[in-house]
Amino acid sequence: MSMRTADMESRSERAASLAGRSSHAAWRKRKDALMQGVLFLALLLALIPLALILFEVFRRGASAMSWEFLTSVQSISMLRPGGGYLNGLFGTLYMVSIAVLISVPLGIGAAIYVVEYSSSRLVPFIQFFTDVMTGVPSIFVGLFIYTVLVQNGTGFSTLAGGLALSLLMLPIITRASEEVFRLVPDDLRNAAYGLGARRWQVILKVVLPTASSGLITATMLAVARAAGETAPLLLTALGAFRIVPELVGKPQSALPLIIFNEARGPFEAAHARAWAGALELMLLVLILTLLARRIGRRAQ
Amino acid sequence: MVGRDDMEIVEKTTYTPLDGVTDEDIVIDTRDLTVWYGSDLAVRSITLPIYRNRITAIIGPSGSGKSTLLRCYNRMNDLIPGTRVEGSVIYNGEDIYGNGVDPVEIRRRIGMVFQKPNPFPKSIYDNVAFGPRINGYKGDMDEIVEQALRGAALWDEVKDRLEDSGLALSGGQQQRLCIARAIAVRPRVILMDEPASALDPIATLRIEELMQELKQEFSIIIVTHNMQQAARVSDMTAFMSLDRDRIDDRIGILVEYGPADQIFTNPVNRETEEYISGRFG
Repeated sequence: MSMRTADMESRSERAASLAGRSSHAAWRKRKDALMQGVLFLALLLALIPLALILFEVFRRGASAMSWEFLTSVQSISMLRPGGGYLNGLFGTLYMVSIAVLISVPLGIGAAIYVVEYSSSRLVPFIQFFTDVMTGVPSIFVGLFIYTVLVQNGTGFSTLAGGLALSLLMLPIITRASEEVFRLVPDDLRNAAYGLGARRWQVILKVVLPTASSGLITATMLAVARAAGETAPLLLTALGAFRIVPELVGKPQSALPLIIFNEARGPFEAAHARAWAGALELMLLVLILTLLARRIGRRAQ
Repeated sequence: MVGRDDMEIVEKTTYTPLDGVTDEDIVIDTRDLTVWYGSDLAVRSITLPIYRNRITAIIGPSGSGKSTLLRCYNRMNDLIPGTRVEGSVIYNGEDIYGNGVDPVEIRRRIGMVFQKPNPFPKSIYDNVAFGPRINGYKGDMDEIVEQALRGAALWDEVKDRLEDSGLALSGGQQQRLCIARAIAVRPRVILMDEPASALDPIATLRIEELMQELKQEFSIIIVTHNMQQAARVSDMTAFMSLDRDRIDDRIGILVEYGPADQIFTNPVNRETEEYISGRFG
């Protein structure tokens, strides 16, 4: 861009340059608008598949959804309409609860160790293995629990399914919690140390409370993943047609398992129910997330 | 790697005593304090007595080790990995760097206010109560909180909204909250690391007035970049600078220490005079 001294510009030239009407400035403005358009297009492209999925699930699921569906257990016959997925809902909630009870304390504990005791030599190992675990195919997790637990102890059961889900949730919670703890400013830790706090007091009374809403989000991300997993449950929970309150000894049902079985069969009635089941699962995760946000805000 | 030869004690510090004080009035005695960060020597052979119920200011150019020295007094340097300290800091007859001394106990008796106000994301009440609670104080917390907030000249402004978040206060109020939080555990000494540098001039003046009140009960050590502030508030002033004989190594030494009046009007050391009159730093 050429440099002009003030007295060389005429008044109209100055006005034009302030409004950005010189040729170079005009090009920059066009380029800016172009980039904005490109980025908006990218956003649309990314959102379209998601929107389509949501739309389809709502459309097909809502038509098959009914009060009977939400409150009754599967009927013996798959080919006739009727019955519901209550056994699956119960099983999913039961197993996800177990998974949360196991993976949340362990995951947050590991994340605390990595961030607050960061000089420890274990830290690179923990981070490495956590990253590896995030990539393990969920069927492998199911296979692992199958050989270790199902064959040697509990058989197909709620506990086995819950454990498999907890292994899936653990690396997600650990990594996400680690990020949240890193976001807690050191200023706050220094203030606490300066008042004569011991390390565990700093963690418990300053770091954890400050990170609490982020931790809840991390947990919900993991729960959303676990609630929708089918593969690990094929080999651990197996499935059931009734409500299963037993922790061990009997196979357990789950929403994704029923959806899987009903959707791949040839029966129209089953397909319709599967869509309703998918909608139910989606709404379940949505409600849990909103609930968690509510709790998180209260905790602040 | 720094070797033993660098430890020869060269008498570089100029001392002028304060009128009317005796050794009885020393609350912290710093003796030959030397700090390394890893293999880098940060400050060398700092010796100076801190007097009770006085404000001691540490001034000097950037990088001269002022904050490093300040953080030695409550062993906050321990939190930085690789820090090594030699020499002694005598508080209450005991070397705080001695064997078996628990840094946590030190920090309850020697408190700190930081440069950027750092209240916890909790209520004003919980901020002030934090220190007493973690140190296991039983008894009337409301009383402790009110006293501390009064001592920090903040009570009148917040007494009707103690449950509000500490973060909802203005910068100057937040810093006074941090001071209230520090004095709630009733330390003997308060360390202040450039406490007003992030505040506007009005808030700064209020902090300075507060310091004059606080020194009735506490001893204050303040690090400041602001020479006028040091001249206004301090009783004793310590001037730190980089060792000119080894300028590339950036080693902080104590150049001169004396009553503020004398340092700012009639310093003995030539380097002090140059800094005061703005010829460097």
